[in-house]
This record gives sequence, structure tokens and C-alpha cells, in this order.
Amino acid sequence: MMKKIFLPLALVTAAMFAYAPFAINNVPLESTMLLVQKIFYFHFATWMALTAVIAVCGVSSLIYLFKGSRAADWYAVASAELVVVFGVFGLFSGSLWGRKAWGVWWQWDARVTMATMLVLVFLGYLMVRKYGGPGSEKLAAAMGIFGAATAPFVYKSVDWWRTIHPQTSVVRTLGDKFPAAWNLVLYCSAAFLLLAYLLLAARVRLEAMRSELDRMYLAAED
Amino acid sequence: MRPGFLKVALLVLKKDLAIEFKSREIAYTTLFFAVACVMIFSFAFVKEEGVPVEGAAAGILWIAVAFSGTLALSRTFERERYSETLRALLLAPASRPAVYAGKLLGMILMMVATEVVLTPMVAFFFHAPFFARPLLLASLLGLGTIGFASVGTLFAAMLVRTRTRDVLLPILLYPVTIPVIIAGVRGTAALLQTPPEEPVATLWIGLLTAFDVVFLTLALWTFEPLMTE
Repeated sequence: MMKKIFLPLALVTAAMFAYAPFAINNVPLESTMLLVQKIFYFHFATWMALTAVIAVCGVSSLIYLFKGSRAADWYAVASAELVVVFGVFGLFSGSLWGRKAWGVWWQWDARVTMATMLVLVFLGYLMVRKYGGPGSEKLAAAMGIFGAATAPFVYKSVDWWRTIHPQTSVVRTLGDKFPAAWNLVLYCSAAFLLLAYLLLAARVRLEAMRSELDRMYLAAED
Repeated sequence: MRPGFLKVALLVLKKDLAIEFKSREIAYTTLFFAVACVMIFSFAFVKEEGVPVEGAAAGILWIAVAFSGTLALSRTFERERYSETLRALLLAPASRPAVYAGKLLGMILMMVATEVVLTPMVAFFFHAPFFARPLLLASLLGLGTIGFASVGTLFAAMLVRTRTRDVLLPILLYPVTIPVIIAGVRGTAALLQTPPEEPVATLWIGLLTAFDVVFLTLALWTFEPLMTE
């Protein structure tokens, strides 16, 4: 099933990303930050995709740990890699935006610090898998679960602490204040979520093929 | 019949304390390491006139606690690995979460013992008014210790099986417990203001409680499958 819809979905995603710059160019300027605000459409969408892959990693780590399902482990490792990819992109776009909006490349703001830590947790996940030796999938699963458990705190951090990063209410009230921007945010988020899904599917398939190859090697040796 | 949860936890704790009282190895080495940490920080955070950088004390205290805690964690489980006593412990007809709870209680006691010496010392060396609000500071330290030790005990226990455990423990533990350390440092820093900012400290205590509940629940829940080979 996945194989059949992969190509059409990839084409749709490519078309969406190709159109996105024009859409972002056409949307009216935001009143206080003007041109700088335009990075928001990709910045926010990246973190939406990141949230989705973190959820996938947490849930599949739990399933792997309690049920021992191999497929769940493939999903966990694939999504953990994507967390790092989207996390680095999100921090990078945030840094560019921060340079113009806050005047510095890096601000030790609560949200930024917590988000960096979250990326570090999933880098740790990948390190355990690489250097943990046999049985490290289980240890990595613990990392995935704990990482996913801290993600809601990262999301809420801006509402609790005195910080310079915009609060979560900005996005929630965007639909009433600035409908054009809201629609575009939804569009970009959909594009990034599709991209995340495609990358995840491709990576899981690779992992499945690897495991099949291992099985065949073992069978040939016997 | 399997013994009750509390009984098992207290027995594991009693065993750990009995071993520790005999050699006092972890207590002495951890404390010495914590003191050495504070001394090293004094080079970074004391200006040439001999005045410490303002607000550095909170960070120094928490980093010394976290570093020495990591040392104690790896030592405690190194002891269990030696002659396979951890396996024996897991084979015992007792519930696994209770074994975890016993190990965790031992870790918390060890870290609190270090903090009891460390806190007055940092206050003394860095002119920090730590004891203006002793109850708030004690809650911050206590809750922070529980949060750090709950993740730490789980990770150290599961890493016993791996060859690279000494390297992997800090790599895994610090990113996950950074929220706890941030909350502890910010809360303590708020108490060091003149006058102490009590509402800010209380906010961080609330957050620490939330972290503790999440971490403890997850650790008790996942200890059993994680320790099954």
C-alpha cells in the first residue's frame, strides 16, 4: 500500500514546497516585524513536524519496550533521526530569525534552551544505538520515552517563564487576528508533515530491508 | 508469598546502607569530588579582586550536585555489577519496581548527605545567602535530587549490561535531566536575590514537582521491561 502512494505523495509534497515561497511572498507583511516575520511560516512548520516525529518515537519506543515488536523499533529509530534533522533545522531557522528580531544569533531563552536539550536527548538516543553494544535498542527506547515525556514541557515553557520567545497564545489567536497568515501556516505545516511522513516511510522501509537481509544471511549460513 | 513493595524497597535500602557504612567509599569519594568541583568553579567565577560573580553560587551548587551524583550513580551500580549481585537482586522473588525504589532511596540519601555538606560550603565560599529561606531551598534541593536520582538510577541500572556505561551515563542522563537542573538553578538564584523572590522560587518548586511525578511514574513503569534481558 505504502509503495503505491509513495510516489504520488512525494510529487504532491514537492509541488507544495515549490509553491510555498510564492505563497509566502504574496501574504501581507506583518505590522510590527515586517519582512522578518516571513520566516515564521517555515519555522513553525518545522516544529510541528518535529512534534509529530517525537510523538511517533515515544509511542513506538513504548510499544517496542513492552511488546518487543521489531517494526516498532524501526519506527523508533527512523523517527529519532528525523527529530534530530527537524530539530537542527528548527534551531537554525530560529537563530536566523533571532538575529533580526532580538539582535543576537543565540539567546539563552527558556524555549531555545529546552528545545536544544530535546535535540540532545535524541542525539543521545542515536549514540546509545551506535555505541551501546548488543541490547542497546532497549536502552534507546528508554531515551525515546523520556525524551517524548519532556516535549510537552518544552512546548509550555514559554507560558511559564519570563522569556523573549513568543508565547503559545500567538499561534492560537492567529486565525482571528491575521487569517491570511493562519491559512499559510496551516499550508506550510501540512507540507512539512507530509515531508516527515515520506522520510519516515522511506527510513522504516530501509530498516525493514536491512533486517530481512540479516535474516537471509543467517538462513544462508545454516 | 511475595513480600510487600515497601518491605522490599526498605530491605534493598538497608543492604546498600550496610555496605556503604562498612567502607564509606561512595560517601567520601563523592563528597571529595563535589568539593573539588566547587574549587574548580572558583577559578572560573571569582574575579581578580577576589569577588565572586553575582548569582554564580546557585549554578555552582547545582552543577556540583549533578556531577557528584553521576559519580555516585556509576559507583553504586559498579558495585552491583561486581560478582553479579544485580542479577541476584533481580532474580529475587520480589517486584522489580520495589527493587528500583530501594536503589533510588539509597541514591537520594547519598546525594542529600553530600548536599548537607556542600550547601553551607558554597554559601561560605561565595558569600551566598542560601539560608534566608531555608525551607524553600530545602524543597528545591530535595525535589531536584528526587528528579535527578529517579532518572539516574533507572539509566545507571539499565547501562550495567553495556560495555561503554561510564561514557553513556552522562551522555544520556544530562540532556534528560537538564529541565530539573534549570528549574533548580533558577529557583535557587531567585532565593539569592535581595529580597528573596519567593513567588518565583515557588513556581520552580511546582515545576520540579511536575517533573518528579512524570519521571518517577515513567521510571517505575519501564524498570521491569528494561531490566529483562
